[in-house]
Amino acid sequence: MKKTMVMALVILLCGFAGQVLAQDKQIKAGFVYVGPVGDAGWTYAHDLGRLEMEKLPFVEPSTYIESVPEGAESARVINGLVRRGHNLILTTSFGYMDATIDVAKRNKDVIFMHCSGYKTAENVGTYFGRMYEPRYLSGIIAGKMTTKNIIGYVAAFPIPEVIRGINAFTLGVRSVNPEAQVRVVWTQTWFDPGVERDAADSLLDVGADVLAMHQDAPATLQAAEARGAYVIGYNSDMRHFAPNAFLTAPVWNWGALYTQLAEAVHNGTWKSEQIWWGVKDGLVGLADIHAKVPDDVKALVQERTAAIVAGTLHPFTGPLKDRDGNQVLGAGETMSDGEMLSMNFFVEGVQGTLSK
Amino acid sequence: MKLVIERRDTSSALLHFSAPMVSIVVALLFAGGLILAAGINPLDAYREILYEAVGSTYGLSETLVKATPLIFAGLGVSLAFRMQIWNIGAEGQIYMGAMGATWVALFSGLENHWLLMITMFCAAFICGGLWAGVAGVLRARWRVNEVIVTLMMNYIAILFVNYLIYGPWRDPQGFNFPLTAQFSEAARFANFFDTRLHSGFFLALFCALLLYLLMERTVWGYQIKVIGSNPQAARYAGMRTGVAIFAVLFLSGAIAGVAGLSEVAGLQYRLQHGISSGYGYTAIIIAWLARRSALGVIIVSLLMGILLVGGDSLQMLWQLPIAFVYAFQGLILFFLLGSDFFIQYRVKLIKGAQGG
Repeated sequence: MKKTMVMALVILLCGFAGQVLAQDKQIKAGFVYVGPVGDAGWTYAHDLGRLEMEKLPFVEPSTYIESVPEGAESARVINGLVRRGHNLILTTSFGYMDATIDVAKRNKDVIFMHCSGYKTAENVGTYFGRMYEPRYLSGIIAGKMTTKNIIGYVAAFPIPEVIRGINAFTLGVRSVNPEAQVRVVWTQTWFDPGVERDAADSLLDVGADVLAMHQDAPATLQAAEARGAYVIGYNSDMRHFAPNAFLTAPVWNWGALYTQLAEAVHNGTWKSEQIWWGVKDGLVGLADIHAKVPDDVKALVQERTAAIVAGTLHPFTGPLKDRDGNQVLGAGETMSDGEMLSMNFFVEGVQGTLSK
Repeated sequence: MKLVIERRDTSSALLHFSAPMVSIVVALLFAGGLILAAGINPLDAYREILYEAVGSTYGLSETLVKATPLIFAGLGVSLAFRMQIWNIGAEGQIYMGAMGATWVALFSGLENHWLLMITMFCAAFICGGLWAGVAGVLRARWRVNEVIVTLMMNYIAILFVNYLIYGPWRDPQGFNFPLTAQFSEAARFANFFDTRLHSGFFLALFCALLLYLLMERTVWGYQIKVIGSNPQAARYAGMRTGVAIFAVLFLSGAIAGVAGLSEVAGLQYRLQHGISSGYGYTAIIIAWLARRSALGVIIVSLLMGILLVGGDSLQMLWQLPIAFVYAFQGLILFFLLGSDFFIQYRVKLIKGAQGG
């Protein structure tokens, strides 16, 4: 009798210890990047986040694979990371969505996080940031700094993420300068410094005196610097590419999210969800505004940043009309996350093409 | 002393076999130096590359998956090469084939698996064929250079597919992302061994066999070779060169088009960006190295698959940058193509020769 009691106790304790061990999981993370780490933009920003995550004591040295083509090709790379013992895999571009879901289906014990998509599974979560908030804030600065009222925007692909950014930026511009127009040129590439430079030059040729961009390379900044225009960067603080032209940049701080994510997986509290963090959570923000921007503009940006953090200001608040004059939001309405995530129209003040 | 390069009248079978072998060894030595410079034992690296690509069922299956579109496109391009026709447009023909197959899969209303398979095959075959056929008509009737036409039509094909996935074919449930809806189960190829290996690979082998029989065992195949090596003589012998040019380019494009079918029905299950990551261009190198033989295309495509799949391990194990992987693959191709020169030409050192 006593023996069985002891045995039971031992089994119980073992089980308990096992559970504790299972919760204190060592993390071996694998990152799939769409561009080279040295792109100074999107992938570079993710890699800074990766390095910050690696500083945690329970995170083993992580692995990254760069310039992985989107589509079916990526499944092989993701699978390769699984096969080499990674237990947390982050796929950092939209085009990896199907591949991530597919590999995850066969590897239930590995946790996957896919950036910017919409498909989830039991062991797949998604994450992204409300970049439209800092885009809106940077638009305020662009609207105040332009004298010709023509602002150029070099944009990669007409997908909701990019369109949302253009619209938020334009709303920021027009909130302080209703005369200004934002002209969009599509490059159809995330990373191609030559093409991006040509697009930026074409915008300068039509008279833009402030440029903004949604690309992974800093070519737009270099174009603005060479022609004496102002420029707003993206992804990371790119000021050293354009010391005179640089005004500010909406930037990613992936470290804020990646450390919390590692924490959650380590503690066993991770669950599949769709993370969409904003300025309030520290995932997105503005790079330090350059000294040449007047103080009253800086103060205005600061004030609106505080309002966004407090939840009293939402860039997509009605009355809001699309470019053709159709009402999108009535007075006082704010746009739902679902509508924002599938945005496919331009607001008033944007000049560019968009297929219906 | 003078260095003279002269054309060989005949090149021996031994040379044909040994030159590529020697060039691979030289390439591996050079690339080994590069790997050594990165602080890695080249033998370890080569072992890992081989292990990654063929060392397991999984690795092998991925190599075959990678080789599949290369075999199709390589066969297509090498068929045209036989007639001294340069089809640089396999990339665009792949996209058009994928488009045709996607149209059937999504919009034809067919539900029966085999009916779908046959119709999708025909659609891909005809779309790829007609796309290349345009260059065939222009060449046959007005002697328009097919290199320029096929190359330029690549851009048209890719942009047209872009138009479809951003516009009319966009998945209504896809949050406005540039993707078509996913194919139903009935419109997908079968998979084997619980891997991504799909029927497309076996279809590619079958295609190679048919093409071999066509070229080596039929009168038509003989005519193609005659027209290619001596158009005047062919015309004198009463061969209809114009029709043959169109037919060869049609068939060349049609086979490349089937590569598009194989990618959408075997791997991606939808039309999206990056259906082909440059397979159409790699096919030109493959056709060249394979010396226009169908069996050669299969062998070179498999080698290319090993190189591409194995290259992953360099990044995964040692975190070598992607540029290093590209350089390694480039070196191997450089030496392989270089060996071709030595098969066709000989370099002689002539003593005391004076100019003229």
